[in-house]
Amino acid sequence: MVWLPTLIKGCYFVAALLFILGLKRMSSPRTARGGIVWAGFGMLLAVLATFFLPDMHNLDLIIAAVVIGVGTAWWTGRRVAMTAMPQMVALYNGMGGGAAAAIGAVELISYVRNLLLLHPPGIPDTSPLRPESWAINALQPIPAAVPLSPVELALGVLGALIGAVSFSGSLIAFAKLQGWLDRRFVFPGQRVVNLLLLAVAVVVGIALASGYASVPLIALFFALALLFGLMMTLPIGGADMPVVISLYNAFTGLAVAFEGFVLGNEAMIIAGTVVGAAGTLLTQLMAKAMNRSIGNVLFGSFGAAGGEAQAIAGAQKPIDDADAAVMMAYAERVVIVPGYGMAVAQAQHKVWEFAQLLLKRGVKVKFAIHPVAGRMPGHMNVLLAEAGVPYDLIADMDEINPEFAVTDVALVIGANDVVNPLAKTDPASPIYGMPILDVSNAKHVIVVKRGKGTGFAGIENALFYADNTRMLYGDGQAAAGQLVNALKTLDD
Amino acid sequence: MIDGFLALYIFMLAAFTGYEIIARVPVILHTPLMSGSNFVHGIVLVGAMIALGQAQTPFEMTIGFIGVLLGAGNAAGGYVVTERMLEMFKSSKPAGGKESK
Repeated sequence: MVWLPTLIKGCYFVAALLFILGLKRMSSPRTARGGIVWAGFGMLLAVLATFFLPDMHNLDLIIAAVVIGVGTAWWTGRRVAMTAMPQMVALYNGMGGGAAAAIGAVELISYVRNLLLLHPPGIPDTSPLRPESWAINALQPIPAAVPLSPVELALGVLGALIGAVSFSGSLIAFAKLQGWLDRRFVFPGQRVVNLLLLAVAVVVGIALASGYASVPLIALFFALALLFGLMMTLPIGGADMPVVISLYNAFTGLAVAFEGFVLGNEAMIIAGTVVGAAGTLLTQLMAKAMNRSIGNVLFGSFGAAGGEAQAIAGAQKPIDDADAAVMMAYAERVVIVPGYGMAVAQAQHKVWEFAQLLLKRGVKVKFAIHPVAGRMPGHMNVLLAEAGVPYDLIADMDEINPEFAVTDVALVIGANDVVNPLAKTDPASPIYGMPILDVSNAKHVIVVKRGKGTGFAGIENALFYADNTRMLYGDGQAAAGQLVNALKTLDD
Repeated sequence: MIDGFLALYIFMLAAFTGYEIIARVPVILHTPLMSGSNFVHGIVLVGAMIALGQAQTPFEMTIGFIGVLLGAGNAAGGYVVTERMLEMFKSSKPAGGKESK
């Protein structure tokens, strides 16, 4: 079967093409849905082709692992609520990083084993005692007993490092978003410790890449890399998680590309590099939306900014649902500002129902979405789309900010840091400089909030104490339900 | 094995491709696109399969097995999540078309 290697290579080529075309289609709302299907076909093709590679052993193990992995992920991915999507992306991304690290580990371990075979202690190199596995097959990416070239070894180690960091880091991001780890973990000198960890990991990596490989050293290398990912992510606050997840997504892409080079698999190189570049750009866009550099997000230990925070004068003034409903029913323009709280409470359907009642009364309703509202850019758009809110009612920050001055009521549901005026007025505030939605310019502001606590970033919000702000305490879903009922009784 | 410079060219071109794809994307698609690119690097599954396919000792096989497991999770999970997100965009489209001015 001479044509088989060509056919397999062809499958990889088509897969890479489908990935790029799929991503391209995903970047426009009209064709987005088809995009993932294209990419999906590419993946299926590549995976199927891999089974026919020459010299593949352990097929039973491979099939078992694929079936278990696909089955579990498919099941969890289908079942999970839309609101939990960000952490699921983090989780699946971490798995990819872990897989890249595992590839690196297997390559390194077999490299050590082959070194021992090639230069067995006591047997000269010229010995005719050569292992049978020396036969080099045309398509076999890593001929079993031919040692990796220095470049392959270096990229393999680098990919493993990046993959392992992405793995443990993404799992922490997942745990944080899932609410399993709601405290930031900070101690004095953390940055130094982290940098030291990374430095040691890199030194060990260089040792591995320059031929001093041994199994204990490999184990140490991975332990350091995993620990670094863990330590690097623990001090980062939840508000920065979108940027972090996006960064780890790019990391995993790079790790995959590097391991693809080691394995001689072009589809992996192309797909991984495309994701690495796209993910890096996406990370930059997100960090820019928060007015922070990526380095600042990673090493700035959010919330530890110097200086005294401004004291906030005044008190939070409550309002009840009936008054709030009346206020909006007779308003001319209402802007609804959703945030993560709406996602947590699954309130998007109720909120849309409320907005529809207002629209029916002739009130001009718009939804204002901050670039980093929720836990990922576009998170709120996804949720509102799920509830059926049409595109043209959704405005982004630059579009809506001038309109707040002519807005009668701004209804803030579960958003906090993205509407905090301290970002403009208090240089000591950790979110100082972040562009915000200027809701305080509206005539009245109603904030739906579960309690009096601070937001995810742990910062007091001056908006809640402003003279034109009224607080409607309650879970987003319940509060929206009450508003709907209050409006309905108005109509009766 | 791939020639070093050929690989470098592939890296370069693929990096530009990735950059270009993202450069003009509306904010609403950022999350689905991040999820979509998360799916695309699920190609790591292929690499993990190759690694496990060449593993010879039980130790290598164990790590390879974990790698395939994780890679399969990345690919399948990434697909499902992305598809679910994009599905909602489709269902809301006709409504958006009708109610627009």
